[in-house]
Amino acid sequence: MNILYDERLDGPAPEMDRAGIRDALLKAIPGMTLLHREEDMRPFECDGLSVYRTLPLLVALPDSLDQVQRLLVECHRLGVPVVTRGAGTGLSAGALPLTHGVLLVMSRFSRILEIDPEARIARVEPGVRNLAISEAASPYGLYYAPDPSSQIACSIGGNVAENAGGVHCLKYGLTVHNVIKVEVLTIEGERMTLGSDALDAPGFDLLALFNGSEGMLGVVTEITVKLLPKPEVAKVLMASFDDVEKAGNAVGAIIAAGIIPGGLEMMDKLAIIAAEDFIGAGYPVDAEAILLCELDGVEADVDDDCETVRQVLEKAGATGIRQARDDAERARFWAGRKNAFPAVGRMSPDYYCMDGTIPRRELARVLKGISDLSERYGLKVANVFHAGDGNMHPLILFDANREGELAVAEALGGEILELCVEVGGTITGEHGVGREKINQMCAQFRPDELATFRAAKAAFDPHDLLNPGKNIPTPARCSEFRTIKSAAADTAPGAQQGGQE
Amino acid sequence: MTNATTPRDHDAGADLAERIRQASAEGTPLRIIGGDTRYFYGREVEGSELSTHEHRGISFYDPVELVVSVRAGTPLAELEAALAEQGQMLPFEPPRYGIASTVGGMVATGLSGPRRPWAGSVRDFVLGTRVINHEGIEQRFGGEVMKNVAGYDLSRLMVGAQGGLGLITEVSFKVLPIPGATQSLHLELSLDEARLRLAEWGREPLPISAAAWLDGALHLRLEGGPSSVAATRARIGGDDLDNGFWTALRDQRLPFFSEGRAPLWRLSLPHRTPALELPDVDERLMIHDWAGAQRWLRAELDADTLRRTCQAAGGHATCYGPRPADVEPFTPLPEVLMKYHRNLKAQLDPKGIFNPGRLYAAL
Repeated sequence: MNILYDERLDGPAPEMDRAGIRDALLKAIPGMTLLHREEDMRPFECDGLSVYRTLPLLVALPDSLDQVQRLLVECHRLGVPVVTRGAGTGLSAGALPLTHGVLLVMSRFSRILEIDPEARIARVEPGVRNLAISEAASPYGLYYAPDPSSQIACSIGGNVAENAGGVHCLKYGLTVHNVIKVEVLTIEGERMTLGSDALDAPGFDLLALFNGSEGMLGVVTEITVKLLPKPEVAKVLMASFDDVEKAGNAVGAIIAAGIIPGGLEMMDKLAIIAAEDFIGAGYPVDAEAILLCELDGVEADVDDDCETVRQVLEKAGATGIRQARDDAERARFWAGRKNAFPAVGRMSPDYYCMDGTIPRRELARVLKGISDLSERYGLKVANVFHAGDGNMHPLILFDANREGELAVAEALGGEILELCVEVGGTITGEHGVGREKINQMCAQFRPDELATFRAAKAAFDPHDLLNPGKNIPTPARCSEFRTIKSAAADTAPGAQQGGQE
Repeated sequence: MTNATTPRDHDAGADLAERIRQASAEGTPLRIIGGDTRYFYGREVEGSELSTHEHRGISFYDPVELVVSVRAGTPLAELEAALAEQGQMLPFEPPRYGIASTVGGMVATGLSGPRRPWAGSVRDFVLGTRVINHEGIEQRFGGEVMKNVAGYDLSRLMVGAQGGLGLITEVSFKVLPIPGATQSLHLELSLDEARLRLAEWGREPLPISAAAWLDGALHLRLEGGPSSVAATRARIGGDDLDNGFWTALRDQRLPFFSEGRAPLWRLSLPHRTPALELPDVDERLMIHDWAGAQRWLRAELDADTLRRTCQAAGGHATCYGPRPADVEPFTPLPEVLMKYHRNLKAQLDPKGIFNPGRLYAAL
């Protein structure tokens, strides 16, 4: 089943009159940058999941709210779909353009409007980079907690659209826990405030609904986030294990000891070797798995907790435990983890990053399952894991230049996600559904549940003009998905299920 | 995993679904109740009573996963006892308005207690919900894992929606360990001094987990590791305060809440909002909880004036009662926002059977 927009499964994609629509938009919004030449639009044909590419109808780069508003009004009037894009670092093709839609690029909205250290909030435009908020807050001893690995480049607007996470989620929460207010434009161009500067707002919690809605309910034009005082200290322990399961059990044992680490990450052998080769983080390359456990807070408590964690790790069978001696070593430990994706990228022409979340107790079973699938499909898989919150990032190594290998990687990835659902988990912890996991949504939700999602969307966008085709599959797509699945199940057990396309 | 099953556990999901199918077929509005302890929190609903209290029990609890799933009719006290047995808690300290308070009511109203500014609110700890929709079908959104962005976040949308979008039958929560040390303090400070101190402390990583000013003193709670709590206590000074103070504040059992006959108002404001300019209101007679972000006021005053003043400050005001006939419990919504509330209600509850009019007349 094709990931790219497929009229047969995703709904009509009428032929659009590019010149006519361009004229109408330029007339309605004089002065707005509107790209229409193929060579100008080429850089916008994909997001961070670059294996999927589509050239949009037009690319709009507004630089004022008034322009965004008029663009939406005009597109609504003309019935032209709008795909909103932030920094384009998303990993699920959530900002993949449509041939029959305008790509609305919010990158010019990059001003930090206000840092209020007394209120401990930052008010920013959606194109502001995630890390830029923490940098601006730093002089006041404050920071913005969610830290996706792409934080140097990803924008806060995209973070809201995806409900982005990071390595500190277990203790500090996701984007939805750290955004207190957003200004929104509806597809009809109406302005609406969700949330407030207080700790709650009357009415339904539409702020929660908009977080992670993948640009399908409205366009976020301003975001107020809460800022936290920087922890007094952060210390990190690295433990090595000769067995992945032991490492998994150690994670549970740390939490059972009543400790919520600031970060708790796990990497398997292939990921360790890749990271060590790339960064020289000082990882033990003979280990089957390592755990990185960061404890942060007030120094006296952190020291107590480090001692407790050390004892827990020893009891769990760690073959080696090291505590970073200083901030430089701590940064090096983290550098290996934060660069794990590009490090794995050096081992293989291409890699494909998965994002399932599982109950932690199922870790051993899922890793075993991934290893079996890896063998069956003949592609290597490196595992990087936000172990504290159960969010796995298996990285499938493949070569897109080899005929059919992308399809095999996709099929392997799809099976990994379905395995996550089977053990009580989810197909996406923080990267979003986008186009990438549109088929697996049919495995996670029943048709009637998907219908409820569509009803919620219809409340805000009845004509399905905002990012159509993403996040929620159509009944036609799910019906085909189920037909293919049951046909595959009917064939002999262990049959090659790759290349379903 | 622990087996927390008690003899009273019962899955009444099928009966509830049947009642909803009937109500949907007949177009009969339903008045949803759990323990009915939060009846005062909203407009009155005309409808046939639908109670969740038979649908109870903890269906899943794994302390190591920090996840618990609970049927809506489970008494809140029962859930909190099961968590405490494992050294865990609901970090948002939901108020309990009576022993009959249920988990479903807690989620439907979305109210949080003294720890809210530091730990987060009810919705922040909801991981998933099961909801019976207008067709009488139980649906599952979110789940029992910490991170889940598949589909729209309908589970958090249900928090505070007061049952108006469907019947919540089961909720999964993230839970946390009870802090290792707790120390409550009483500091004689004027309201202005307390504000200054809190602003200063708020920018430091201090283990503060509750702060309320009333009766001429700042009441403070420190929670965390024994070392940091002891060090902070030594630095801040003040007198020891019984930890039970926070329970009384949380459950509205302080004398303030039962004295007099004037309506009780909850003002939700940005925490640094200075004294409100309201005629005949003495800020020193109010409770300033949540470091100033939640203020309790007992007064006979013009609701529109109060609401305008709170809105100008970036907040809103809710009337807990006794409520004059012409006063809405919740601050009216701006027109555009109300339009999308109505759309959402029409989509998820097309026949208007779920608690119609509970939040606003039009919903």
